[in-house]
Amino acid sequence: MSEIIKLSSPSDFESLREKIIKGRDPNRTAVAVCSGPGCLAYASGKVFKRFEEALSAAGLEGEVTLAQTGCHGFCERGPSVVILPDEICYLRVSPEDVNEIVETTLKNGAVVERLLYKGEDGLPIQKESDIPFYKYQQKVVFGDNKRIDPRSIEDYIARGGYTALVKAITTMTPEAVIAEVKDSGLRGRGGGGFPAGAKWEATAKPPADTRYVIVNADEGDPGAYMDRGILEGNPHSVIEGLMIGGYAIGANEGYIYVRQEYPLAIDNVLYALDVLRELGLLGENILGTGFSFDIIVHKGAGAFVSGESSALMSAIEGRVGEPRPKYIRTSISGLRGKPSCLNNVETWANVPLIINKGANWFKSIGTEGSKGTKIFSLVGNVKNTGLVEVPMGMTLRQIIFDIGGGIRDDKEFKAVQTGGPSGGVIPEEMLDLHVDYDELYSAGSMMGSGGMIVMDKDTCMVNVAKYFLEFLSDESCGKCVPCRDGIDQLLEVLRRMTAGTARPDDLDLIEDISVMMKECALCGLGQSAPNPVLSSIKYFKDEYVAHINDKSCPGGVCKALIAYTIDVEKCIGCGKCMKVCPVNAISGDKKKPHKVNNALCVKCDSCYQECPSKVQAVTKIRQADVITAFATSEEAANE
Amino acid sequence: MSDITLKINGTEVTVEAGTMVLDAARKAGAEIPTLCNLEGLEPFGACRLCVVEIVRGGRSRIVASCLYPVENGIDVLTESEKVVRYRRTILELLKARWPLIDKKLLEKYGVPADRMVPRDNFCIMCGICVRHCSERRKENVLGFVGRGIERQVVSYTVRAKKVCPECFDKELSCLRFCPTGVIVNDCATVCPASRDEEAFAKPVRVRDDDNAAAVKKSLGDA
Ligand SMILES: Cc1cc2nc3c(=O)[nH]c(=O)nc-3n(C[C@H](O)[C@H](O)[C@H](O)COP(=O)(O)O)c2cc1C
Ligand code: SF4
Ligand code: SF4
Ligand code: SF4
Ligand code: SF4
Ligand code: SF4
Ligand code: FES
Ligand code: FES
Repeated sequence: MSEIIKLSSPSDFESLREKIIKGRDPNRTAVAVCSGPGCLAYASGKVFKRFEEALSAAGLEGEVTLAQTGCHGFCERGPSVVILPDEICYLRVSPEDVNEIVETTLKNGAVVERLLYKGEDGLPIQKESDIPFYKYQQKVVFGDNKRIDPRSIEDYIARGGYTALVKAITTMTPEAVIAEVKDSGLRGRGGGGFPAGAKWEATAKPPADTRYVIVNADEGDPGAYMDRGILEGNPHSVIEGLMIGGYAIGANEGYIYVRQEYPLAIDNVLYALDVLRELGLLGENILGTGFSFDIIVHKGAGAFVSGESSALMSAIEGRVGEPRPKYIRTSISGLRGKPSCLNNVETWANVPLIINKGANWFKSIGTEGSKGTKIFSLVGNVKNTGLVEVPMGMTLRQIIFDIGGGIRDDKEFKAVQTGGPSGGVIPEEMLDLHVDYDELYSAGSMMGSGGMIVMDKDTCMVNVAKYFLEFLSDESCGKCVPCRDGIDQLLEVLRRMTAGTARPDDLDLIEDISVMMKECALCGLGQSAPNPVLSSIKYFKDEYVAHINDKSCPGGVCKALIAYTIDVEKCIGCGKCMKVCPVNAISGDKKKPHKVNNALCVKCDSCYQECPSKVQAVTKIRQADVITAFATSEEAANE
Repeated sequence: MSDITLKINGTEVTVEAGTMVLDAARKAGAEIPTLCNLEGLEPFGACRLCVVEIVRGGRSRIVASCLYPVENGIDVLTESEKVVRYRRTILELLKARWPLIDKKLLEKYGVPADRMVPRDNFCIMCGICVRHCSERRKENVLGFVGRGIERQVVSYTVRAKKVCPECFDKELSCLRFCPTGVIVNDCATVCPASRDEEAFAKPVRVRDDDNAAAVKKSLGDA
């Protein structure tokens, strides 16, 4: 902000807004350099620096706006640079490309073709929204990232920011705000999918002198970063939602609980709060309406269990972030024993949109029971990974194949895990399932906070279940027996399976422990911990049975159960496998079938990966069959 | 306080509001096993042995009875099929940590032998010692460290040296309340000021063969 004038009435705000909009040329060129977590890892910081230098060298600083923005979504192809207003989307931009972009695009109005996305037909696509990854998305919450410098409240206000807050506190009663949110059908985006309006109402109801509204930005799911993407890229949207919630519920204090592993999110939020206080949009008697509200940022230790509502509130109170054992709703007795409303980052970010555009608009997106959009973090063996925002009701197939571009290396699809470590896997037969809280739940998975991990045919479902349980075993607080010792023993069973030492009745043991945990564990972590195991048994029981009875791993992953061999019929003798083998276990003459010496092989999988995908001569077999396989391939190779 | 009327295994009882289902049920003659619950200490909800099934309007739910306050019109089932099944598995998990667990209880619930991997750490993390020391003795000599399966009870030696002897003299010691007896050996050798330990915190649950023998002895063998 150049000069800060304290706003003391709604009309002050309106004049500021008009001034900002008037001062803006919609056709002004702007360069949005993504500085989300994915792109930063690909040196987008350097790209930004180069732009600063190049623009000043070209004397363009005055004409072109340059901004470091939050995640654009297509992290797989980062660093992503979008040139507005034409939305020219450059991907995998390196610092060395910057001068050319400035020269060609900013100075001469042409495009640098080699940095554009190439479609299936090999033709370059210029506009971001025409790229298939973006084309099928509906960016409602997440779309402004590339148009907003997270450090600029003017950018946010120019996009309609804080008009919802002003509308709520000047023209609506708290009850009317709650009614609108209730009517919209907005459900929690952080896990359980609880109706937000009903929670607000329950928090507003009990008589109390103090109430709290809280943002859950613990984001503990491995591989998920939707909330980070919003907080880093568009912090004001969450803050505005929280303020509207505070007004509706009757709270004068809000908390944002962010894991400390998100320093940029924390910085951007703190910066935004400072600006708001200076402007008079936060603090005592906001815009002279009598509504007072302030926000405190709490940095959390980043434990998965701290995201659980009672644990999170304990942590804010300065105690150990462990779940409370009491059966009392936090809407009645939450933070410091006061009625408290906790919602997820994405839930809060939807609120200003609902207030501005109305419940009916919101309801027009989505399915009967799930309204609006949802952001997913699409990762795993899918071609286009990144953050995607889709309308509720889209099928998993559309997300994975149309947006995600299908399976990497054109392998076969096997399953998709939704809902993070508390969710479950969904098999190919159910790919036409709609993204909808209830549909996912009845399929044995859940929406969760939006993790979506795609797995190809070379995945072992037992091993995947083991991976999630290992994560949860590290994250369990260890307080209650069902979770602490249940996970421990479940892991023992899965370890036996992957080591080929499973017992015949191990599936019964899994069942006994799991059903008990679901109903007896103290908090949601333990109650949902068996889900990844149960859902994969539901759809991939044959794989479990193979591990137990046949000592084989159909996914070809569990090292103790597999061995490598080369199919003499297919091998073209290119020698690639021999070169990568770290222990010289492969031998063979040029253009002749090669062979694996299983006595030497350490099962590193390199040869399997290296053998040309058209040939696929390296094959995985059962360890138990090794003697014969070795003999056959040797005989064959010697023929 | 007003009174609450509910059913325990089909029999109607009336108790004071705020009573926990566990106490109401015991008053009505039901037997519910507990480990981490001890009168006079804040309920902890860790062992989950006390789970019961609560039915209201055809909907049922499993809750920890030591923490669930009575409500009008609920049906509490202390030995339903589900409760028995879950309690069996919880006992089975506990037995893996604490092999000396009450045999009668194991028999009553038909706990299978040898399905779990033995963990023999003896301490079942009931937290009674920790809560006794902090809530009743107001000393905070004991505490938890670590997460998940790594969690353990530790004693802060420096403080222990100062305050534990007092406890032993007056028989107020946490040792008397530990349900597994594991603390006996360790506390006797580690915390009560008998040794000149440099270390700040000592795990209470560490178990060696001496420990096991001592525990067995202290329990009159099992
Ligand atoms: C173990 C555990 C971890 C959780 N982690 C998160 C989290 O990281 N972020 C989040 O928003 N909700 C998390 N939740 C869900 C919260 O408890 C709570 O339901 C949610 O924040 C409510 O907001 P919503 O209704 O807007 O989703 C977690 C729940 C459990 C049981
Ligand atoms: S379920 Fe797990 S995380 Fe939750 S209280 Fe029990 S041990 Fe801790
Ligand atoms: S799996 Fe690894 S060690 Fe074994 S043969 Fe192939 S490259 Fe060599
Ligand atoms: S890489 Fe494949 S085709 Fe080439 S020698 Fe090895 S097994 Fe044969
Ligand atoms: S003996 Fe020591 S640790 Fe135990 S209750 Fe007394 S002061 Fe606390
Ligand atoms: S030492 Fe004894 S009282 Fe303390 S937590 Fe372990 S079992 Fe419970
Ligand atoms: S981090 Fe840059 S596109 Fe996601
Ligand atoms: S006695 Fe209720 S949980 Fe331990």
